[in-house]
Amino acid sequence: MALRIALIGNPNCGKTTLFNELTGSSQSVGNWPGVTVEKKVGCLKKNSGTEIIDLPGVYSLSPYTMEETVTRDYLIGERPDAVIDILDGTNLERNLYLTLQVMELGLPLVLAVNMMDEVKSRGDTLDCRTLGELLGVPAAPIVARKGEGLPELVTLAEGLARGRLRNSIHLCYDDNAERALNRILCVLADAHLPEKYPLPFCASKLLEGDDSVAEAIGLGTGKRKEIAAIRADYGRKSGPGGRETMMADARYRLIGRIVGEVVTRRRDPQEPTLSDRIDRIATGKWTAVPLFLLVMLGTFAGTFGGPGRALGKLVESGVSFLGLLLTLALNDAGAPVWVRTLFLDAVLGGVGGVLSFLPQVSLLFLFLSILEDSGYMARAAFITDRLLRRIGLTGRSFIPMLMGFGCTTPAIMAAKGMGSERERRLTILLTPFMSCSARLPIYGLFAGIFFTKHQGLVILSMYLTGMLAAVLCGLLLKGTVCRGESSAFVMELPPYRLPAPANLALHVWEKCRGFLVKAGTVIFAMSVAAWFLQNFGPPLHMVEDPAESFFGIFGRWIAPVFAPLGFGNWQSSAALLTGLAAKETVVSTLYIVFGDEGIAAAFTPVSAFSFMLFCLLYMPCMSAFVTVKKELGSWWAACRNALFQTTVAWLVAFAFYQTASMIGHIFGEGSSGRDVALAAFILAAFALIALALSVLYKSLRNFIGGDRPEGCAGCPMQHRCKQKNKP
Amino acid sequence: MEKRTLRDLRPGERAVVSALSGEPLSRRRLADMGITPGTPVFLRKTAPFGDPIEIGLRGYELTLRKSEAEHILLDETEKGMKSWPCGSR
Repeated sequence: MALRIALIGNPNCGKTTLFNELTGSSQSVGNWPGVTVEKKVGCLKKNSGTEIIDLPGVYSLSPYTMEETVTRDYLIGERPDAVIDILDGTNLERNLYLTLQVMELGLPLVLAVNMMDEVKSRGDTLDCRTLGELLGVPAAPIVARKGEGLPELVTLAEGLARGRLRNSIHLCYDDNAERALNRILCVLADAHLPEKYPLPFCASKLLEGDDSVAEAIGLGTGKRKEIAAIRADYGRKSGPGGRETMMADARYRLIGRIVGEVVTRRRDPQEPTLSDRIDRIATGKWTAVPLFLLVMLGTFAGTFGGPGRALGKLVESGVSFLGLLLTLALNDAGAPVWVRTLFLDAVLGGVGGVLSFLPQVSLLFLFLSILEDSGYMARAAFITDRLLRRIGLTGRSFIPMLMGFGCTTPAIMAAKGMGSERERRLTILLTPFMSCSARLPIYGLFAGIFFTKHQGLVILSMYLTGMLAAVLCGLLLKGTVCRGESSAFVMELPPYRLPAPANLALHVWEKCRGFLVKAGTVIFAMSVAAWFLQNFGPPLHMVEDPAESFFGIFGRWIAPVFAPLGFGNWQSSAALLTGLAAKETVVSTLYIVFGDEGIAAAFTPVSAFSFMLFCLLYMPCMSAFVTVKKELGSWWAACRNALFQTTVAWLVAFAFYQTASMIGHIFGEGSSGRDVALAAFILAAFALIALALSVLYKSLRNFIGGDRPEGCAGCPMQHRCKQKNKP
Repeated sequence: MEKRTLRDLRPGERAVVSALSGEPLSRRRLADMGITPGTPVFLRKTAPFGDPIEIGLRGYELTLRKSEAEHILLDETEKGMKSWPCGSR
């Protein structure tokens, strides 16, 4: 049987880099069963018989977050043949906290002490041999991004997995902790534990007060009481920390002793590192916000500006060249009309049109991974937390929100580490308002036809509208449906690091592959389906007039809903319907049903803008919808989200179209770009006034102090209150 | 005099954690991140909009909100401060 080696470590310790170095491109990405935590499995580069499992990055084996639960369940339930625990050598103290907990599981374990080059460049020394001897677990120094030390690490891990090497773990906490642990072990001795649960692990978790372990090993009430008594006794002896923290305290004391023996620091700890100096500017009082805006602007300019567009053009001309060849070939072969339209309109028009956005999509993901890997993303959350909290979110929502500009599906998946349920739900609801890259082709199409002079401005206005909609909806929901207290916001700010090019490349390739697969499957199928529905009509025969087709009939049926928005024709409705499969398909369907020139005739600048607004805000594509269902756990919740988003989209497009039409009437020269600009301006002004009023109202309410919610939650005097937490 | 908490620290100031208060769950999370009694901490800065704060402890940086920081009680007696220069920034 293949060996299974699991990778475990803190977030930001270089785990993904090591995984990539070990497995190369032989990895498959999926989900852990039942949850949407990403599961990565790969084969060892030189030895395809060894499987590497990348566990989620965690700080502890407590059962509080989904990642922690997944990690813990895997280690206990599946018992991998060996575990590689990656430690950040520059931050040994906190990293060892997880190590001690993994050691208690009794699995064959090897430590990989990463970032040894950084340790050296700081002038510190880290003695891996002593570390290994102290813990009874081999420790290999590595530099994951350069691949240094990996062969030795792999040899150790495989030796452990095959049983040629053995750990001789000795964990020695202070006397009080040891005594309490021993007493618990005595209680557990005759408790008939399930075989999978190692005794030392159970003992320390029970001492921590982890009820889920007591549950899992089926502990009776009598034994639970005994253990509670031991905890209380230990709590009295262990000083001021409180029962919840005393085990953590004992671990950190042991770690302090180990680190003292293993690490020697040469530099003065007060002396700022390069990372500190960068941080002084990146999160400084006056420099943080301008820099933040600059970074965001740079990301968007790089993606949607010159470089992205130039690359897009290149792909586009490639596709049209291919089309030319295909036309010639089909003509030569004397193919019937329907075959020709199928290939040229559906396949080439649909799939090819979407493909030309591949460069922009990959650029966007490249920028996002640079921000993530360099450590700036965490700072962005730090900077924006205060603002996002005002609309019921947290700084952590910033990451899913930003990812939402790439693709809504992974963004919704990223909303899991959010802390409170309310914030998670709100993040999932609002993230689709961030205009994903699939919507860009739609804007590109209409801006190219109707707003040739102000393409960039029109596209930018879409992005801004999406954000504004999210802010307003957040404010609205926070004050009404989603009331409640903000959750904890405790987050590591990793040191700034240069992203590893190989990592970036792999990540971007993964996303591009996803996009290509989507273009080859969903979009292809939808293009063919759209072509079929548009060329065939009841009772299943090819029709001359598209209005007689299935599409025409069905589109006409729902078109009246969109009449007040300015696009009551059946073609638009049909396009919006196919857009549910993937938003890019709106473009390919429009091409198919209108032909190249038809779009310009069917829309006016005002109705085009209104259509774009609707596309921006209406429910996300099926893949995002299914992810929302998985995350929220019910179809009803997902449908409610979709309904909410579609309603918002309809209202916004309605307000815009009616305002713009009114302006058009006043000037009396039909629809023009000026109407669009004016209407957009007026509505934006309204939205901003509403925003200002809500902020004003809130401060006023706080000032007067009336209408206070029950309990301490939300009380403006909370932090100065002396009666807090008293009933 | 009321006990000082991490919230009352000014940027650049250092102190030693004496105890944690608040909900058991949030106490455990803070302890998991290394905030245990006797840990030297150091307030690096507050965010540009005034909240959250960034602290340094155990050789790394952590951000948390002021509402959470006030659950971290400080020990500023002579004895407490003596444990400061123990290798953490």
